[in-house]
Amino acid sequence: MSDLMKVSSNPHIRSKVTTSNIMLAVVIALLPAAGFGIFNFGLDALILILVTVATCVLTEYVYEKAMHKKITVGDFSCVVTGLLLALNLPSTAPWWIGVIGGVFAILVVKMLFGGLGQNFMNPALGARCFLLISYTSIMCNFDCDAYTGPTPLASLKAGESVNILDMVVGRTAGVIGETSMIAIIIGACFLILLGVIDLKIPGTYIITFVIFIILFGGHGFDPAFISAHLAGGGLMLGAFFMATDYVTSPVTKKGRYLYGVILGVLTGIFRIFGPSAEGVSYAIVLGNLLVPLIEKITMPKAFGKGGERA
Amino acid sequence: MARLTFTGGIHPYDGKDLSKDKPIKEVLPKGDLVYPLSQHIGAPAKPVVKKGDKVLTGQKIAEAGGFVSAPIYATVSGTVKAIEPRRVVTGDNVMCIVVENDGLYEEIEWPQIPPFEKLTREEKINMIREAGIVGMGGAGFPTAVKLSPKEPDKIEYVIVNCAECEPYLTSDYRKMLEEPEKLIGGLKVSLSLFDNARGILAVEDNKPDCIAKLKELTKDENKITVKALKTKYPQGSERQLIYAATGRAINSSQLPADAGCVVNNVDTVIAIYNAVIKGKPLMYRIVTVTGDAIADPRNFKVRIGTNYHELVEEAGGFKEQPVKIVSGGPMMGFAIFDLDVPATKTSSALLCLTKDEVSAMEPSACINCGKCVEVCPGRVVPRKLADYAEHYDEEAFVKNNGMECCECGCCSFICPAKRPLTQVIKSMRKMQLAKKKK
Repeated sequence: MSDLMKVSSNPHIRSKVTTSNIMLAVVIALLPAAGFGIFNFGLDALILILVTVATCVLTEYVYEKAMHKKITVGDFSCVVTGLLLALNLPSTAPWWIGVIGGVFAILVVKMLFGGLGQNFMNPALGARCFLLISYTSIMCNFDCDAYTGPTPLASLKAGESVNILDMVVGRTAGVIGETSMIAIIIGACFLILLGVIDLKIPGTYIITFVIFIILFGGHGFDPAFISAHLAGGGLMLGAFFMATDYVTSPVTKKGRYLYGVILGVLTGIFRIFGPSAEGVSYAIVLGNLLVPLIEKITMPKAFGKGGERA
Repeated sequence: MARLTFTGGIHPYDGKDLSKDKPIKEVLPKGDLVYPLSQHIGAPAKPVVKKGDKVLTGQKIAEAGGFVSAPIYATVSGTVKAIEPRRVVTGDNVMCIVVENDGLYEEIEWPQIPPFEKLTREEKINMIREAGIVGMGGAGFPTAVKLSPKEPDKIEYVIVNCAECEPYLTSDYRKMLEEPEKLIGGLKVSLSLFDNARGILAVEDNKPDCIAKLKELTKDENKITVKALKTKYPQGSERQLIYAATGRAINSSQLPADAGCVVNNVDTVIAIYNAVIKGKPLMYRIVTVTGDAIADPRNFKVRIGTNYHELVEEAGGFKEQPVKIVSGGPMMGFAIFDLDVPATKTSSALLCLTKDEVSAMEPSACINCGKCVEVCPGRVVPRKLADYAEHYDEEAFVKNNGMECCECGCCSFICPAKRPLTQVIKSMRKMQLAKKKK
């Protein structure tokens, strides 16, 4: 035989799932939340989303071009970052907030640490925290055409009553993508059905948070208070879309449970005892930093060494 | 307690429909037959013929080169043409005996063997050793050694590995359907070596017809049970199989005997039957020739030493130009760069693919998704081990159970970034094992 065959070490077959498939699935899963945000907050939200996503893609492209690296925008991970960041901005924010946030997320948090897979912190959340600290008044301005007044969580913190049905549907003030629990859950179900994420992290996160609220929330077991905390703020978006970010969550099974517990406790502490009403972003960013340690203490036992039933 | 499955594993496209309904057909070789002296784990066999000698079918042409070794028999009649290095499936050049086939298939006069009931344990094991039987699932460990553990009384289970979890392979499936009596006969021979053992036929539940047939044939055998295991790769991996069938788990440095088990593959058990009951040495094996490049995928009864070219011809040749040819299954087989190599005792399949999924997808950065951890049947963290291996961090590699990897390939299969995880871990393991030997 004249033509030689391709040779490589085993295995010789590969699953059809690729990084870009996964990232594309996440983008699709975020569309209900984004769509509802645009419906809720109007054209401003759409423009902000487009600007932020475009900035993220462009930043990655320009950086890689300038550094003579392989262009990786085709893996859609920068689109996910841009979309997540935009969904974490208030619709009232000017367009340049999206640009600054996008550049910070991709350039500082992601690319400078080595690009996809090397960032120690979720880029979208890192950028959000950066913006929150740098442009506090802009980032906390939720007065738009549709809503005036504080977010439901802020009202709750002030001791006022909130309309839980509105919070579940999403007809409240807040950042673009976090208001509708229903839209977020639809997207999350899509990802769970595809096997992109599982319930280990979001499940333990939410359960731990609920337990924390019951113990320390000051309302005891009050279903209305608990549901308001679940539906309010960034908990759902954070638990299903940001805490599950592959790069910045543990790979080990036990580590994922532990990570969920840590996030739940941190979120509870920030929301109940902190000065601000919200705490999901800071909780996840802090949790991200603990991931290497979590992985270190949760390395599984091998098969035949006690780990076969893991 | 049997759990019928294990943690981890994958469900690749199984491709078994291509060849599963094709009955086994015997192939008569036309060209030279090549017998590598190393077709097993252990010392190479020593030739007992020399160039120019006339040999007959069934004649011993090489004897065991040590305790862990196996003799080799001629599978055709003809003349010894050469004893020289030839290329084998692994790509290595190995000393081989080349026999020019005279096309007459003259057999030796088979010696009379005593009736089974009169044989002692030692005689039976000796017959198995002399027949040159090795683990035909792929590892090629001499079966007689496997059947002689230090404390035979402590063996509680003799397990027949009928899982055939590798995609595309249907040779064990056909054997179970066509010669179940021999399989059960071989298991009974094995059971007769261990007073306290019970037999388990462990079949994956994607072969319901085999399970039904084996259950029917063993319904009066109180020492033999048929277990339907959940279909999942690598169910046929020895340690995972023992766990699924008995609930006992052993690590990489233990032997099945440590869990009171002896595991043999379908073809091996049938070879045991042929050796002890019929007095015939190991001369044939079943090879599945399949893949989307093959015109007529089939299962063949192949004389050991037959050139792979002839198998492809028997299967109607290529309907499309193959890009990758694998000796064995797609998960653990060897890619070969051309067909000019012989079938050996451990050749289970010849898989010819028109696409190479490996070179078609370029590896990208690890996204830390943890899928490799979820599918790893060895319960290690392939992502980290690959990292340590790439940085040649031996200490961390060994400390994090790198040596527990069974090289099944699940992590590389599932990786969305298409990283060659199994490959780098495997190279590191090889280096570590080589070091240990020193």
